[in-house]
Amino acid sequence: MRISLRVNGEEREADVWGGESLLFALREGLGLPGSKNACEQGECGSCSVLLDGELVCACLVLAAQADGHEVTTVEGMADGEELHPVQEAYVQAGAVQCGFCTPGLVVATADLLARIPDPSDDEIREALSGNVCRCTGYAKIFDAVRLAAAVR
Amino acid sequence: MTSAAPRLVSGRIGDVVARADGGPKVKGEFAYASDLSAAGMLWGHTLRSPFAHARIRSIDLTAALTMPGIHAVLTHGDVPGQKCYGLEFADQPVLAIDRVRYFGEAVALVAAEHPEQARRAAERIVVDYEPLEPVVDAERAVEQDPLHPDAPTMGHGYRRDPRPNVVRSIVIRHGDPNVEGDVAISGVYDVGIQDQAFLGPESGLAVPDGEGGIDVYVATQWLHVDRDQVAPCLDLRPEQVRIHLAGVGGAFGGREDLSIQIHGAMLALHTGRPVKMVYSREESFVGHVHRHPARIWAEHRANRDGKLVCVRMRILLDGGAYASSSTAVTSNAASFACGPYAVENALIESTCVYTNNPPCGAMRGFGAVQTCFAAEAQMDRLAAELALDPVELRLRNALAPGDVLPTGQRVTGSMPVAEVIRRCAALPVPEPEALPRDPIRLPGGAGNVTRGQGVSRGVGFAVGFKNICYSEGFDDFTAARVRLFLDARGELAAEVHCAAAEVGQGVTGVIAQVARTELELDEVTLAPHTTATVGSAGSASASRMTWMAAGAVQLACRAAKAELERRGELGAGDEIDLERVYRHERTTPLDPETGQITGERAHVAFACAAMRVVVETDVELGLTRVVWIGTAQDVGKALNPQAVTGQIEGGTAQGLGLALMEEIRTSDGLITNASFTDYLLPTALDMPPVVSDLVEDPEPGAPYGLKGVGEPPTVVSTAAVVSALRAATGRALTRVPVRPDDIVGL
Repeated sequence: MRISLRVNGEEREADVWGGESLLFALREGLGLPGSKNACEQGECGSCSVLLDGELVCACLVLAAQADGHEVTTVEGMADGEELHPVQEAYVQAGAVQCGFCTPGLVVATADLLARIPDPSDDEIREALSGNVCRCTGYAKIFDAVRLAAAVR
Repeated sequence: MTSAAPRLVSGRIGDVVARADGGPKVKGEFAYASDLSAAGMLWGHTLRSPFAHARIRSIDLTAALTMPGIHAVLTHGDVPGQKCYGLEFADQPVLAIDRVRYFGEAVALVAAEHPEQARRAAERIVVDYEPLEPVVDAERAVEQDPLHPDAPTMGHGYRRDPRPNVVRSIVIRHGDPNVEGDVAISGVYDVGIQDQAFLGPESGLAVPDGEGGIDVYVATQWLHVDRDQVAPCLDLRPEQVRIHLAGVGGAFGGREDLSIQIHGAMLALHTGRPVKMVYSREESFVGHVHRHPARIWAEHRANRDGKLVCVRMRILLDGGAYASSSTAVTSNAASFACGPYAVENALIESTCVYTNNPPCGAMRGFGAVQTCFAAEAQMDRLAAELALDPVELRLRNALAPGDVLPTGQRVTGSMPVAEVIRRCAALPVPEPEALPRDPIRLPGGAGNVTRGQGVSRGVGFAVGFKNICYSEGFDDFTAARVRLFLDARGELAAEVHCAAAEVGQGVTGVIAQVARTELELDEVTLAPHTTATVGSAGSASASRMTWMAAGAVQLACRAAKAELERRGELGAGDEIDLERVYRHERTTPLDPETGQITGERAHVAFACAAMRVVVETDVELGLTRVVWIGTAQDVGKALNPQAVTGQIEGGTAQGLGLALMEEIRTSDGLITNASFTDYLLPTALDMPPVVSDLVEDPEPGAPYGLKGVGEPPTVVSTAAVVSALRAATGRALTRVPVRPDDIVGL
């Protein structure tokens, strides 16, 4: 089937099959591999995107469900060469190691700060508890969130 | 097909340097192995065994071959060259021949236009299995029929062990193991199977070169050892197989062994088209080796003053169906069994066996993690028996330069055990937080199961150590190549080639720091990591890569600089291009009968860490919240302090995971929890603040005095977390992960 959706501000169309996830459509059909395929059952948050402004795991959304809707992926966050403040904070805080969780965490962090501009430590932990990171032990991710909150 | 070579930002040895790949990674532009694509690409899929042990009577491909979109269906008969491969011993079939030995063993391969077509075709392959009784009990394995009757790991300078299914056994006899002390403490300890659970699933792209050769873009830890396993199985010369590092989404030991390399190349060569393979998470759980589960019998004898007089330990490791790196794990478990303590008498036996359980191999801290858990539990019990402070007991026995290890090796380098203990013990432990408080900061968290009733606080302590670099006579080296030339502006610039695998640890940053420091130059670029342009870097494992890459790049840079000085200057179009190979001081094997050194040393260097952990445990519900962790780690010299603390925090999280939640569960050899729903990983709610104190005591033989830093935190943290849990619960807790049932006493 053919779907039309708005991705990172652009009108896009894609041919998908009925069982295809939004994640697969983004990665393999729309040339946007930034959202990652780590568990594909909604446990790790590596594929976090915004669907009509709401944080979702793209692996749990059917591509067909996104027909007519708006999707923002990690590729849509930077302003050209200028990193989004959350992206800049992740680099500066040393919150990136292998980086496979990073796109999802960047999207989830931006979502958190849009809702709660100055989150407490508990709010940060709870908001990011759906995004698994295997490398950092999270300490520098929390630093990055606080840094991004401070510069906003 | 790979990311453009990153321009590396300024930064010299000792600076905090932001990652050069940080920008691409936060923007989603960094090309991981699963992100690759090529024109005309097919998708590969692997059919795997549903049995832990079975004979294969026949394989019928007829139905699969007629499925839509199918370009190839291959079995063992299609393997062009050697039918078996392996990291150290070629004991694992590329595709199962007449028998499967573990759940998830690869049986057949499919290539199709779409990954779903490949999966569906694989389902139509008919394999006629005759299930066999699986060998699943490591203790009984040495009496059961051999899974590998030709005993592929015997010989090779290891101890002769005639028992069936022994991968390797080692006995270390030191002093008089029959000496008695004033007190003796005995215990039996168990460690479950931990998974590396790197987030980026096994993936890669194999591209035929049109001349019979192949380029494989893959996430791996050692490009050249992959090539040397792949080429003979494809019946190709090594130079016909070029392995290129694709973006690696974590490794932790789980990418030392091959995954898609031979399979993808077979499909690509067979179809003449690029083939991409990406494992699902479920497949990833059977697609790589795990941390060895262990059973450990320990007896510690000491005098009233707390001085250890003898340690006796028997270690049994379950290696699963194939050898992988089990021989090194067996030896490491024995080498570090006593912990970082001076012990004059010891008897250590360590045995690894083949079973039909999931294959085990390298994982961060290999061997030392398991024995540290047992040995530190013993030290806590000994302290209690002697009414000594646990920290004081450890200080009284702390290993120091000049002391002799149970293998007879004298410690000649840096060994600041007492210093890490003192520095860790000096870190201020936070006061208990008053009640009432937000339940998110109580055991059970958002589950909101207590207001503080039944919650007990405990403080634990542990010390651990392990080797840095490869040991036991392994010819451990790293090559680096440096090219000096004038850039477009006529300024001197350098390009560095090193095949060191960047797995997230930040070795590319280290390489650039070293090159800038040695060449006194900011214009440094790093060429892609590949087997095609530079010699082997060895493996990104055993906490060796920073040391070895720094050593090699330093050598090559100094040689290039000397050549530049000789020439005076470079003209336009001139270049200096040279490669150097770095080796650390040679080690020698252990004597196969006594476990004693046969030269100066079996290990080149060591790193230690001490850790204090505060937990709050709901002793009625068995739920735990780790409140705070403080650690002091021996790092030699911190090349990039931010990256070092990142390794400590991340390594600590993995040890915490093994202590509290991470375990691959099996039933008759079948994995029952192959998903992130059922295999639990520490989340942002599980990890406490980690205070890291870096102890810089330079290692004399290492470049800049550095030590690898990745493994010590993982070695010590499991032991330290469980020490705190014992303090909170008063229970023995002899098995990790500690389950709620163990805390409650069900």
